[in-house]
Amino acid sequence: MTNKITQVILKNGLKVMLKEIHTAPIISSWVWYRVGSKDEVTGKTGISHWVEHMQFKGTKKFPNGVLDKAISREGGSWNAFTYLDWTTYFETMPAAKIDLALRLEADRMQNSLFKEEEVASERTVIISEREGQENEPLFHLGEAMQQATFRVHPYHHEVIGDMADLHTLTRADLYQHYRTYYVPNNAVMAIAGDFETKAMLKRIKELFEKNPAGKPIQRLKRSEPEQKGELKLEIEGPGETTYLQVSYRFPNAAHPDFFALAVLDSLLSGASNLNMFGGGISHKTSRLYRALVDREFAVGASGGAAVTIDPFVYSFNLTVHPKRTPAETLAALDEQIKLIQEKLVAKDEITRAIKQARAIFAYGSENITNQAFWLGFAEMFATYEWFTTYLAKLSRITPQDVQRVARQYFQSKNRIVGVYLPKKGDA
Amino acid sequence: MAKPISKTSKKSLPGPEDIFRATLPNGITLLVRSNFNSPSVSMSGYLPAGSIFESAEKLGLADFVSSALMRGTQTQTFDSIYNKLESVGAGLGFDSSVHTASFGGRSLVEDLPLLLQLLSESLREPTFPKKEIEKLRAQLLTGLNIRAQDTADMAALNFDKLLYGDHPYSRPSDGYAETIQAITQADLREFHRRHFGPQGLVLAIVGAITPKKAFDAVSRFLGGWQVTGQKEAPALPPLKPILKTVKRHQAIADKSQSDLVIGVFGPRRKDPDFFAASLANSVLGQFGMMGRIGEVVREKSGLAYYAYSSLSSGAYSGSWEVSAGVNPKNLQKALDLIVKELKRLTKDGVTKEELADSQANYVGRLPLAFESNGGVAGSLINIEKYKLGLDFYQRYEGIVNGVTRAEVVEAARKYLNPNALVISTAGP
Repeated sequence: MTNKITQVILKNGLKVMLKEIHTAPIISSWVWYRVGSKDEVTGKTGISHWVEHMQFKGTKKFPNGVLDKAISREGGSWNAFTYLDWTTYFETMPAAKIDLALRLEADRMQNSLFKEEEVASERTVIISEREGQENEPLFHLGEAMQQATFRVHPYHHEVIGDMADLHTLTRADLYQHYRTYYVPNNAVMAIAGDFETKAMLKRIKELFEKNPAGKPIQRLKRSEPEQKGELKLEIEGPGETTYLQVSYRFPNAAHPDFFALAVLDSLLSGASNLNMFGGGISHKTSRLYRALVDREFAVGASGGAAVTIDPFVYSFNLTVHPKRTPAETLAALDEQIKLIQEKLVAKDEITRAIKQARAIFAYGSENITNQAFWLGFAEMFATYEWFTTYLAKLSRITPQDVQRVARQYFQSKNRIVGVYLPKKGDA
Repeated sequence: MAKPISKTSKKSLPGPEDIFRATLPNGITLLVRSNFNSPSVSMSGYLPAGSIFESAEKLGLADFVSSALMRGTQTQTFDSIYNKLESVGAGLGFDSSVHTASFGGRSLVEDLPLLLQLLSESLREPTFPKKEIEKLRAQLLTGLNIRAQDTADMAALNFDKLLYGDHPYSRPSDGYAETIQAITQADLREFHRRHFGPQGLVLAIVGAITPKKAFDAVSRFLGGWQVTGQKEAPALPPLKPILKTVKRHQAIADKSQSDLVIGVFGPRRKDPDFFAASLANSVLGQFGMMGRIGEVVREKSGLAYYAYSSLSSGAYSGSWEVSAGVNPKNLQKALDLIVKELKRLTKDGVTKEELADSQANYVGRLPLAFESNGGVAGSLINIEKYKLGLDFYQRYEGIVNGVTRAEVVEAARKYLNPNALVISTAGP
């Protein structure tokens, strides 16, 4: 796999990243906007995700019901995702049909209609989406954890938004949010696949340079103050299963410590898979699995960090074994954290983590959609170089580095412990 | 504008010229397709050892066996097996369904011998150690507790019960708490002894390897496997038709959303009207933003975040289902809208444009299905399982485009009787 790419910034500020891959007659095109749930204030939570939904409701040129059919008719696959820091839209198409996707994205960057009646029907769709999530115990636990972790920083709410705001957001709110953030100078266009760079760039310029640049964006700047000691919370709900979640405050992805922490993650919880398409590997010989699942403190154990612009958390998710209490399971986890802080890891363990990462990268590179994903994704929180130098950076990590970050970041005064308890007395 | 942005539009669909197929002397069928674009390799396969062989008292046995195959073998412990795999970033796993036990794995190509060695050991000499079995049992039981709280899982489980009645297909392959409790180590060993063997085993390998090397490696690790008296699947009773609409609601307290499944029997994969039904399904609940169902339930009425239809066609039976998740107070409204769409489809069929759209989608999306090695391996398995022919994907366009509107409406009418539906819901 080659990592040769072309990067150009158009006159209107749109960053374009192109990577030719001629292994299959497919092109995958992604437009990334630097807007997500962290750009939302109280009373307007969920607005970024709702705007994403409205982007499928049509423009004058591609009215609702026309664009989805057009993409499907050409055999394309498309979707969109809203996250804490970003919103992205992609189309993977037979190569000869990519022009449709380009025209569509150029158009809906600025010309979506946001019709009042469409806003109304989408309101109940999104409320239904949230209700579906509310059916899951882990959604409730995650939401409670997130708001306990971030009192000040706007990472404090779920991407879907609070039900109160889903009932009250207006068409005017949505449209304003759209026009503020959906501007070329706040977007990255990333395309990988079977094209010639010169012809592709020319076509992108024709289509996208028509969109004028927007005003510079004022971001919320509210850093989370230092935590004063361990936070604990408990919620209740239906079911028979107890869940334990333990989150440690963690640096952002561009932070130099992120790579030592990635090795630590691999050792403790098993190698994380950052591919959106391409899957990961099992985690049955991680320290956590051996100590918690194998020894029956938990029936399931996983851990991982979010890749974010601002510091977020590393979370352990544990399904408590029916014969244990959450306190016993937590004590077993604590023992493992203490161990990795006190005893230097073997060099072999680091070599193993690097090999795992190399394999996961190889699986991800089978897939053109995933390669296009990485072009833009890395750009959201760092640069594409973050991705291309990832393995090299891991290979420079020493046992001392791992110990240092384990001591620095995995401290109880830096953590939030949450428990989901099955409600007593329910049938 | 239609500038030729694309440089290559080479024929990339798998076919007889690049799929290698061979049968080993012990009965194993091997399919291989090379792809040297990435240094990885993907493996997929199955053998006839599914839940069809279970007794009613031991439901979940086949699934339990599949989950336990890698929990210890004659020469290795659970931890040692996974340590070897995970140390090189490889993966291997087993699963089971009604007719088959299946497996999938992948690795960097240099580790394929390791992958095959562990596959071979797990298939041929699992020991089902008592301690591991008990750990696994606790995990399975927790899974069943979670299932009991999952509105979508429970609606689907009850749908199968209502549709298949007393037929073995009605049984959940992950069993029930009491049947999982009843399974002993001896049961696991016996099931494995009777049903696991090379006869009927199919294996597909796709990735950075030549067919010859793949064949040699598979022969080396699995060529010596011999089992006498591998059991044939029992003859199945015929399916009883659904004569009038049946309904069931499962109450699950404290949930925000109800899930629904409405459906009927569908065609089997090899039935001549499979593609007509499949295209009817595409119009009904797939094409664009989930077809007509998505249009009325989600887009126009704003009732659901998800609403779609699906056709699942196996070798021996099939089902055709519409699923949605809605606010509990909108349940009846959503059901009414869906039934109305089923009636419309059987009465008026599909328009010329709708059929052409879905046909274009089926043909156009084909290259996307072959993007990853795993996708290709799955397609090779499909070809073998249903005896579609190595040139199936090259003939596919002709097959799809050969379906007429008359055939589509005929298939819809044959299967979708709006007065004989199975309706399963779960929620508060």
